[in-house]
Amino acid sequence: MSKNPQSPDYDPTDDPKVVTAGEGMQQGKIPNELPPETQTITFHQRFERNATLLLMASLAVVSIGGIVEIAPLFWLENTIEEVEGMRPYSPLELAGREVYVREGCYVCHSQMIRPMRDETERYGHYSLAAESMYDHPFQWGSKRTGPDLARVGGRYSDEWHVDHLIDPQSVVPESVMPKYAFLMDARLDGDEVADLVETHRMVGVPYSDEMIASASADFRVQVDPFGDYDGLIERYPGAQVRDFDGQPGVSEMDALIAYLQMLGTLVDFSTFVPDASR
Amino acid sequence: MTDNRKIDPTTGTETTGHSWDGIEELNTPLPRWWLWTFYATVVWGVIYTILYPAWPMVSGATTGLLGYSTRGEVAAEIARVELSNADLTESLVTVDLGVLAENEELHRFAVQAGRSVFAAHCSQCHGAGAGGVKASGYPNLLDDDWLWGGTMAEITYTVRHGIRNEEDPEARFSEMPPFDWMAPEELDATVHYVRSLSDLTHDATAAGQGAKLYADNCSSCHGAAGLGDREIGAPNLADAIWLRGDSYADILAQLKAPRMGVMPSWQARLGEAEVRAVSAYVHGLGGGEADVGEAAATTAD
Repeated sequence: MSKNPQSPDYDPTDDPKVVTAGEGMQQGKIPNELPPETQTITFHQRFERNATLLLMASLAVVSIGGIVEIAPLFWLENTIEEVEGMRPYSPLELAGREVYVREGCYVCHSQMIRPMRDETERYGHYSLAAESMYDHPFQWGSKRTGPDLARVGGRYSDEWHVDHLIDPQSVVPESVMPKYAFLMDARLDGDEVADLVETHRMVGVPYSDEMIASASADFRVQVDPFGDYDGLIERYPGAQVRDFDGQPGVSEMDALIAYLQMLGTLVDFSTFVPDASR
Repeated sequence: MTDNRKIDPTTGTETTGHSWDGIEELNTPLPRWWLWTFYATVVWGVIYTILYPAWPMVSGATTGLLGYSTRGEVAAEIARVELSNADLTESLVTVDLGVLAENEELHRFAVQAGRSVFAAHCSQCHGAGAGGVKASGYPNLLDDDWLWGGTMAEITYTVRHGIRNEEDPEARFSEMPPFDWMAPEELDATVHYVRSLSDLTHDATAAGQGAKLYADNCSSCHGAAGLGDREIGAPNLADAIWLRGDSYADILAQLKAPRMGVMPSWQARLGEAEVRAVSAYVHGLGGGEADVGEAAATTAD
């Protein structure tokens, strides 16, 4: 005879530690009333006693939750908002965005104005999802050591950006931002910018063949206010053409400032009417 | 049906059937308070999805019985605050700038609002204390030396349209040409003459030669006596305040390759009330000048 309840020759009547509920009731061995034995509980015991089954069932439940939360975002009309004015970034802006990502600006600066009054008072209209539609990856950030940059475009002069990036404390003494003076000396020849543009097309940004073919030329002409930039403006409406860093040629400083001066300026909020259900 | 559940007779609790060396593991039921709290959260979850936007359907999600939306909430919050200040804002937008300071309550409202606007939008260039950044040529707003004028009307115009920016066609604009074509001795003479205007140390002989060069090239904007011209933002060269430094090297650099400040246009970004508020704040920092109209009225009294 075995004391192991799992063993085939186990006899509960010989085990003083356990009684079966039926017999125990009759013999008055159980000091309390027992809850009724239900189908649900016996069914659920199968999951509780079979680790693999439990794991598979958990996976199924979590998947349903995930699908219900995520999948509809791809077809629900009120999560996809087309906004007038948004366009793919110009080659120079895109190169500046690469500098922004490379230097980890998103670690201290968000690009996401939340829909709260205090934020809209300080930074301007709250960010729209469509304003990040050509960002791969998006630069919303998660922490503000410095201010939000979603609408920094046009807020300061190019000279200020140059002064500030070279030595932030020279214009904002209380700033803890590091210095980025080397961007002035980092030259960009624009030869690889077509590859960059094409890479962004591969991940879904609608750059046309023409845009890719003229990427290098567009890249160089955006810092040359005396050049022939009509094609650039036609392809990228609202692109700002200036010598951003005040020195000849294209530097990473030019690219970064072109990107910053564009941020938040593409959508015209004087004509934008927010749909409350979105 | 025989009830074959295994029970521990001492406690009357079902066992799990697990046994270690004859010691049975009890399958103690969950505490009732815990279980009911759990059920309550499930019920709350269902109610929540009915009240608030939740379930995805074919073309849109359910909007919820309360009709809540994030955008609606922020719009309501903005409207609520705007309404609470509606009277003051309305007066601020319509008041004649020259007499704003006479309405004490309105002026206090404008200056307080302007202080916040200044901290958010202006302090990056003009400094948190409005002292400017001398090394980079961002003007000090605390003194009474104004490039484009220091009356309420003039400050408001500058804030509204900005200076030398591309976005606003009405921005204040002027351009100092580079004088790099001058011979080195001519540049030297001009710098000495400019320094003589404000009694800085200078070479009298060179300054004497520079006087004619100044009269020919500089006086049309900066004035014969170097007092500047606010119509075109030409700085006063005869005072002790220098936007880009008063040293020989600073003046020479500015003469050969002039640096000219750019200020964005704030009308679209701030709106009329905030433009006026921040102008009132700047006007009250110390250097504000009386409007001509107001000055005339005071004299008449």
